[in-house]
Amino acid sequence: MTEIERQQRMNTGELIEETAGAAAATSALPPDDPQIAGGETRSQWRDVWRQFRSHRGAMVALVLFVGVLLFVSVGPWIWTLDPTYVDIRARNTGFTAAHPLGTDQLGRDMLARLMAGGRVSIAVGLTAMLIAIFLGSTIGVLSGYFRRLDAPLMRVTELFLALPLLPLLLLMVTLFREPLSQSFGPAMGIFILIVSAIGATSWMQSARIVRGDVLGLKEREFILAARSIGTPPRRMILRHILPNVLSPIMVAATLGIATAIITESALSFLGLGFPPDFPTWGRLLYDAVDQMVLYPSRVILPGIFISLTVLCVNYIGDGLRDAMDPRIRGR
Amino acid sequence: MSIRKLNACLLTGAAAMATLAAAPAFAERGTDGELKLLLWQAPSTLNVYLSTGVKEMLASSLILEPLATFAPDGEIVPRLAAEIPTVENGGISEDLTSITWKLKDGITWSDGTPLTAEDVKFTADYCMNDEGGCAQAAKFEGVTSVEAVDPLTVKITFNSPRPYPYAAFVGAQAPVLQKAQFENCTGAKAATCTDENFGPIGTGPFRATGFKTNDVVTLEASPEYREADKPAFANVTLKGGGDSTSAARAVLETGEYDYAWNIQLAPDVLEGMLAAGKGKLEVDFGSTVEHILLNMSDPSPELPEGERSTLKHPHPILSDLKVRQALSMAIDRQLLNEIGYGETGEPTCNMVPNPEVYASDNEDCLTQDIEGAKALLEEAGWTVGGDGIREKDGRKLKLLFQTSVNAVRQDFQALIKQWWSEIGVETELKTVDASVYFGSDPGSPDTIVKFYADVEMYTDVYDGTDPGSFLAERSCEAIPSPENQWQGENNARYCDEEYEKLIAEMAQTSGIEARAELAKKMNLMITRDSMTHLPLIARGRVSVSSNRLGGVQMNAWDSEFWNVADWYRAEE
Repeated sequence: MTEIERQQRMNTGELIEETAGAAAATSALPPDDPQIAGGETRSQWRDVWRQFRSHRGAMVALVLFVGVLLFVSVGPWIWTLDPTYVDIRARNTGFTAAHPLGTDQLGRDMLARLMAGGRVSIAVGLTAMLIAIFLGSTIGVLSGYFRRLDAPLMRVTELFLALPLLPLLLLMVTLFREPLSQSFGPAMGIFILIVSAIGATSWMQSARIVRGDVLGLKEREFILAARSIGTPPRRMILRHILPNVLSPIMVAATLGIATAIITESALSFLGLGFPPDFPTWGRLLYDAVDQMVLYPSRVILPGIFISLTVLCVNYIGDGLRDAMDPRIRGR
Repeated sequence: MSIRKLNACLLTGAAAMATLAAAPAFAERGTDGELKLLLWQAPSTLNVYLSTGVKEMLASSLILEPLATFAPDGEIVPRLAAEIPTVENGGISEDLTSITWKLKDGITWSDGTPLTAEDVKFTADYCMNDEGGCAQAAKFEGVTSVEAVDPLTVKITFNSPRPYPYAAFVGAQAPVLQKAQFENCTGAKAATCTDENFGPIGTGPFRATGFKTNDVVTLEASPEYREADKPAFANVTLKGGGDSTSAARAVLETGEYDYAWNIQLAPDVLEGMLAAGKGKLEVDFGSTVEHILLNMSDPSPELPEGERSTLKHPHPILSDLKVRQALSMAIDRQLLNEIGYGETGEPTCNMVPNPEVYASDNEDCLTQDIEGAKALLEEAGWTVGGDGIREKDGRKLKLLFQTSVNAVRQDFQALIKQWWSEIGVETELKTVDASVYFGSDPGSPDTIVKFYADVEMYTDVYDGTDPGSFLAERSCEAIPSPENQWQGENNARYCDEEYEKLIAEMAQTSGIEARAELAKKMNLMITRDSMTHLPLIARGRVSVSSNRLGGVQMNAWDSEFWNVADWYRAEE
């Protein structure tokens, strides 16, 4: 039985159960938990996972992404060379046993640098995305749900959209670099700075998307029904609105990770990012551009990792959205 | 085709002769066809007085000539002048306030009219006109008057004694313009005279036949040039556009051009191009030095704003000479050069590496000595702590090292950090965008003058061959501080009474030898003796020329085309 057939069968099963439940209402009140009453125990998340598994692209992407995560997190424990150690005699070596991915112009091991660089890039990408998504969906939901907040919040969003990003970042770096590196150390200080800078300047799109969706949802019957039984706004948002706008948020989030990784490398390039002895994928890429013709692998490797991560995350997002949206399930 | 054959014939002869003499003796004017030059930044005008750019200076140097030029060894050689005025030959007055130039007899402009002292006087007035916005005004600073004593004699008077008066009309940045042509273009009208600025009449080997702003200049051999057998080329095309890499490729790999200017490429990239065997590097070393400065004042952020990096607080670590020596000893300058510059640079221990007469005999720093550096730090009381970082009285030997965003500089930072970590010094690296780093915004904390770091690295260069004013910039007065709005060039905050005395003496001394003696002494004080300035690499001016071009002599002090009249087509 193929995945899709099983899927359809279960969906039909669901339908039958629902109708059966309704029919039973004549004899008894519906049970407290209709899912348990249906016989087979199915939590919502397990359901999502089952749906997700049927999305082949997303599954491949998930495996690759976990691979990349393992590469950058567990990798340095296995491949213990110091990514910043300069071994000048071994500079510009090709793929050898001592340096499986070669070395750069100063003899630093590329494999170790890719692992260390990935840690930073992925950490920046994920954290900045979380911040942006949190800000974006909060503002989007608030302005979509509460009419009185709509105008001011949307004007703020437009204000942020109109702000030129780079001068703003430059200002933030100038103002906060030193105090932050004082209190958290140079690397952590810059990390906090960059993550919050990227997060604070990339939430606007998701806010607008979420607001639009919330406005549409608000007029739907089930919201009306929920309101008529006196659901307070907090529960309304958490229980009925948020789960229904989760799919656009997911898409925005996956795109956000990609933007954050790229923005971080642009910042490093301008000297506003991490200190130069702190490898990131973006920095590895830019550092190698000068010698691109002679040593193409140094550009290609970090490039592959960046695109792989971004693609994987996008596919996972796609799969999640499909899995979580009951309207397009199984299509 | 026929021209090429003719050339080939001539070239065989020329090359044979070239082995005997510097230039082919029987060559005639205009026999070698077309010379193709590539400037990847194209000139916007041919009047050098309207632009500070090097590209404009280069283009105009094919046409316009000064009274004297700087030779590749930094010596001043006469061009339009008959000889170089000195105190000995009476050309410079005893009180050093005036200089008198004698012109060569019989020099004509490319339109056939004779060059006179009136033209020289006119040029000075043209540039010193307040409304004109002359780009080379610095060359005429302190000049009170220029008089034409007779048709071949011109006297320049200064407002105060000038121990080194070779600025006005020396070098391609201050050539002589023709009075008859530019008479109506003075003052505010200077920039509006398009025909004149795009086609100046000169005394040089070539004259302009066409000019397209920021694109191409075409020139032909001037029929009136004073040496009948020169220039060897009949035409010159000076093309702009592209970038450094493509320019180098056009000469070294495809051979489309004869000469490309200002090549800034990584040594291994350049090596790959040179391997094609079509051309060679032209390098000459001027005054450009990549160096490290050690901050003599405390940049600690704990100090109140306005007191950071000022002399009020001496640096807690770097005030100790032994530490500074150790930091210098740990650096392998040879290796830095190999990685960053290759043939286009050379390791140096001097802030004044060239010209030869001014360069101190100082090569101690060229050999790396990690063990010696460790011993010095031990001596200074810095002992290795648990984490491999040296400590003294509870303070860690930790330095913040800043520089601008630049691939070569980041490589240098990484290397130096490693060497310093070997001697137990922890280094935190910082990079700043070049426009901020070299900017003059007194509000920015990241500029080279504010120096809110312990160590910084950049390149310094001075104009002309005399290092007098450059060395005088290291005076106590020139230390940037809030009191002078962070103006001043003495970024290392070096201050020594002995040095101040030498600066005063330098301002009174005339004559190359005597000045060179002083310059050497001063250079050693800021480098070897005090170790506040750690020179790393003397960077050369780099261009590439085709193997089919002969007679090129790279010049770091003047226009690279200073001897273009002697260039010829060489056999490959």
